[in-house]
Amino acid sequence: MEFSRRETLALGAGAAALSMLPLRSFAATADEMIAEFTGGADLAQDGVTLTAPEIAENGNTVPIEVSAPGASEIRVYATGNPTPPVAAFAFGPLAGSRAASTRIRLAETQNVVAVAKLEDGSFAQSTKLIKVTIGGCGG
Amino acid sequence: MISRRDFLQASMAASALIGGSGFGNWSRLSAQQALTQDQLLDFDSFGNVTLIHVTDIHAQLKPIYFREPEVNIGVGPNRGEVPHVTGAAFRALYGIVDGSPSNYALTYDDFTALAKGYGRMGGLDRVATVTNSIRADRPEALLLDGGDTWHGSYTCHHTAGQDMVNVMNALRPDAMTFHWEFTLGSDRIQELVSGLPFAALGQNIFDAEWDEPAELFKPYEFFERGGIKIAVIGQAFPYTPIANPGWMFPEYSFGIRDEHMQEIVDEVRAQGAGLVVCLSHNGFDVDKKMAGIVKGIDVILTGHTHDALPEPVLVGDTILIASGSNGKFVSRVDLNVRDGQMMGFRHKLIPIFSDVVTPDPEMARLIDEQRAPFEPELREVIGQTDSLLYRRGNFNGSWDDLICDALLSERDAQIALSPGVRWGPSLIPGQDITREDIWNVTSMSYPEAYRSEMTGEFLKVVLEDVADNIFNPDPYYQQGGDMVRTGGLSYAIDISKPQGERISDLTLLSTGEAIDPEKSYVVAGWASVNEGTEGPPIWNVVENHIAGQGTVHVADRDNVKVTGG
Repeated sequence: MEFSRRETLALGAGAAALSMLPLRSFAATADEMIAEFTGGADLAQDGVTLTAPEIAENGNTVPIEVSAPGASEIRVYATGNPTPPVAAFAFGPLAGSRAASTRIRLAETQNVVAVAKLEDGSFAQSTKLIKVTIGGCGG
Repeated sequence: MISRRDFLQASMAASALIGGSGFGNWSRLSAQQALTQDQLLDFDSFGNVTLIHVTDIHAQLKPIYFREPEVNIGVGPNRGEVPHVTGAAFRALYGIVDGSPSNYALTYDDFTALAKGYGRMGGLDRVATVTNSIRADRPEALLLDGGDTWHGSYTCHHTAGQDMVNVMNALRPDAMTFHWEFTLGSDRIQELVSGLPFAALGQNIFDAEWDEPAELFKPYEFFERGGIKIAVIGQAFPYTPIANPGWMFPEYSFGIRDEHMQEIVDEVRAQGAGLVVCLSHNGFDVDKKMAGIVKGIDVILTGHTHDALPEPVLVGDTILIASGSNGKFVSRVDLNVRDGQMMGFRHKLIPIFSDVVTPDPEMARLIDEQRAPFEPELREVIGQTDSLLYRRGNFNGSWDDLICDALLSERDAQIALSPGVRWGPSLIPGQDITREDIWNVTSMSYPEAYRSEMTGEFLKVVLEDVADNIFNPDPYYQQGGDMVRTGGLSYAIDISKPQGERISDLTLLSTGEAIDPEKSYVVAGWASVNEGTEGPPIWNVVENHIAGQGTVHVADRDNVKVTGG
């Protein structure tokens, strides 16, 4: 199965809308949220790819893409945002491509972390520093 | 059987030898009279493919003086590595004799004295002579323009890039990539690019709304030359909408996108490319990092950071060529490509000494035609300088000090900020300052000289932000400009620290007091990337200031204390 661009975007929009729901009544750090997702399992450093710009062109809408062959779920955390969970993608057993793209909002320069739950029950993560700058002064 | 690596290394040595001797011929001549066009063009043709590279011309149609940087600090893995080597260390590295033409062309020392002896450099009529000569030798040579071409002069601004398009079309490039061109605005760049008789390339120019490759720019173009299928992949400046006003071209998104670059390289290889060339505006350190990540690029023609290197830099099996700026240099790279592999290369960085290279008469006429409607304005003498005026370097140049002085006095401000751009030719002591000279260091499509209030805390945030764009140890986070220039303000910078901790000791020079984070200061500046910035154009501010001074004198200043380099 292949997602069309429009479907993928719609999926991303749904996930983004979901992420805006107040997930917790207390402030939890991204690390705690990831630990809750993984149940404290070890995180492999490969197995999930997070594609994102090094420097955001607009912190209000940063395009990101995640992919993890064999993943049943991928969650994305913006570690420096007031509410770190920014996206969650679930893939059914018939999903041919375990990849999705969306746009996220970043309050400031921070690490964005993608955590994938693989079908064998293990977890993988990928971290990328995305800078949000005030711009100007380009050579 | 000799492996590809052996071949490369053998040819690297041969290149160093041959390049070195071609290079050495002109580097060891002591007087301008001894330098001839034949020596500059002398090249023992090699292999079956020739590339000609020009980049970062910044609309300099006529010969100019351009002083290379004194301070160009490398950080992280590039500390002390080329191109972050200047002055005597650079000359020692490449065996350049003090006082030689190469000393003048490639390093900053004794600039005024050597400029008087060796004269101006560049001029696209001279560049045409060189490209014509190479094409006479190698009719199938590819001419590739790395961008920052349609920006940087009075005539370019007033014709919205048309003068450069006309002249470059006559030079007949085969492909081009882009950066400052986008500051002409979406409509104009679409108009100009649609009419180009050559390929407009950028694998990283995307449609901002759909995050898919933009239709106007192809990622690559194939050329059949010397029996070889050559793929030229374009790489535009990744941070164009961040370093420049993105609101002027909101339809486009950029970024390094090295994963997409790898896909494109794999695609062109699968289609039978025997040679993969990346025409890049990444900046040298970004290209160097990319060369280590993306597999399968044979040659990266680098641009953006304005470095001129007499020899290629080798990263794995990829060679990086740096061809300077402002029309000062043309690079010729001859390659031997056999069975889908680059087996060796020969390279020469050709310096365009304008008194040595004969102008091409047709191109000279075409250039004069572009300038003719504007000649009276261009020639108008606004003042004189008894100081060397230059810009290049990580921190303030004397041109920037003069511009900051103009902002402080004409806009009645306590502090001035001037962008750390790398373009802008130099003037030597005793020269008139014409309107054209002022535009050469200020011309842009967002020139408003604003006057506003900033708190001490915000000023520090600005300096920290810009410093991290230059001194972040990861090249992928560098934007390739220099540090924002300051007037009325001194500070200390420790380059080795992370963002937020580099800048200290901010001092208001007019009172000698430390900058108070809570207090507001009147700040004048220009080149803001924010939409709706108001103020007179910077060239008027600078012109008024110089006219008021008559003869300008810019004393050496020591307002930035640099450590950690």
